[in-house]
Amino acid sequence: MTDRTLNKTEPRYTAGLAGFVADWSSDQRAFKNVSWGKAMMWILLLSDTFIFGLFLVAYMVARSSTPETWPNASEVFALHIGGADIPLILIAIMTFVLISSSGTMAMAVNSAYRRARGPTALLMLATALLGAGFVGMQAFEWSKLIAEGVRPWGNPWGAEQFGASFFMITGFHGTHVTIGVIFLLLVAHRVWRGDFDLDRRNWLSRGNGDYESVEIMGLYWHFVDLVWVFIFAFFYLW
Amino acid sequence: MVQTPMRHPPQARTAGHHEGQQHPIRLYLLVWGLLFVLSAASYLVDYMQLEGGLRWSLIVIFMMLKAGLIVAVFMHMAWERLALGYAILLPPLIILILVVIMVLESDYTLLTRLTAFGAR
Repeated sequence: MTDRTLNKTEPRYTAGLAGFVADWSSDQRAFKNVSWGKAMMWILLLSDTFIFGLFLVAYMVARSSTPETWPNASEVFALHIGGADIPLILIAIMTFVLISSSGTMAMAVNSAYRRARGPTALLMLATALLGAGFVGMQAFEWSKLIAEGVRPWGNPWGAEQFGASFFMITGFHGTHVTIGVIFLLLVAHRVWRGDFDLDRRNWLSRGNGDYESVEIMGLYWHFVDLVWVFIFAFFYLW
Repeated sequence: MVQTPMRHPPQARTAGHHEGQQHPIRLYLLVWGLLFVLSAASYLVDYMQLEGGLRWSLIVIFMMLKAGLIVAVFMHMAWERLALGYAILLPPLIILILVVIMVLESDYTLLTRLTAFGAR
């Protein structure tokens, strides 16, 4: 394994800005001490950043170029609980659920690097359950809005572009969460089964306690949470 | 040559992986708590019906703080080498240029719509 030979002769790298220049102008690898798996996940996330960035810019254009009034998110997403309309409450709960899932994922990564197989799998399972809960609440929100007459081409409250922006942005984010849940379950299952502790290379792991895939999975999951931070601010609060 | 500080505790440097990111649980819990507080704060901005510049600036400040905490601590960017950090974090900034262009463009579209279809 090239990686393991690298490990033995791993040189001390230059720190700071000089190190940045040295890394980028060096042979073979620009990203020292970052595995290809992690580097590729970061590059995927970078391209995803552009996709969501462009969705949000498109939403901004739709909203700021229309003379119609934009539906008030605070009222549109209010829920009637206990005889009073609580503004934005479902979205707030969804936000807390997703942040909690990010927390459990961070703990899973921590357990993974301690090679605690059980806790890692269980924490990833908890993350997946919270993620599934988030998607469930989003499905509820979609059905509620569709029942109230929101369509991509119109809605009862104002600017027609509201529906298109809403379904596109939250739909794409929800798809990301769903994919994340599926992969979390998959990785958690393999961790639980002990694949990562085998004395041989296998899918997702170099074996012998190489739990890096859990961290890479975590990168994706935290990114999903990160995107929600921006959607929450720009779409729901703005 | 400046040496990088030891970022990996001993157990993460042993066989199999030399690129692990092991950090204290306390730090994760602290960030988790901070994210909860910041989310609650941004929800309160809406709940208390703050308006105008105060609303926008609070929303953006809380958003940037949350994003920064997630990327730096949960995604470990604070401990990665600058080569990776710059490659990932700088390119998205060009979206800001697109934002500026599109703000100008949508102002123009709005003006055209008001002129052509009448003010409301």
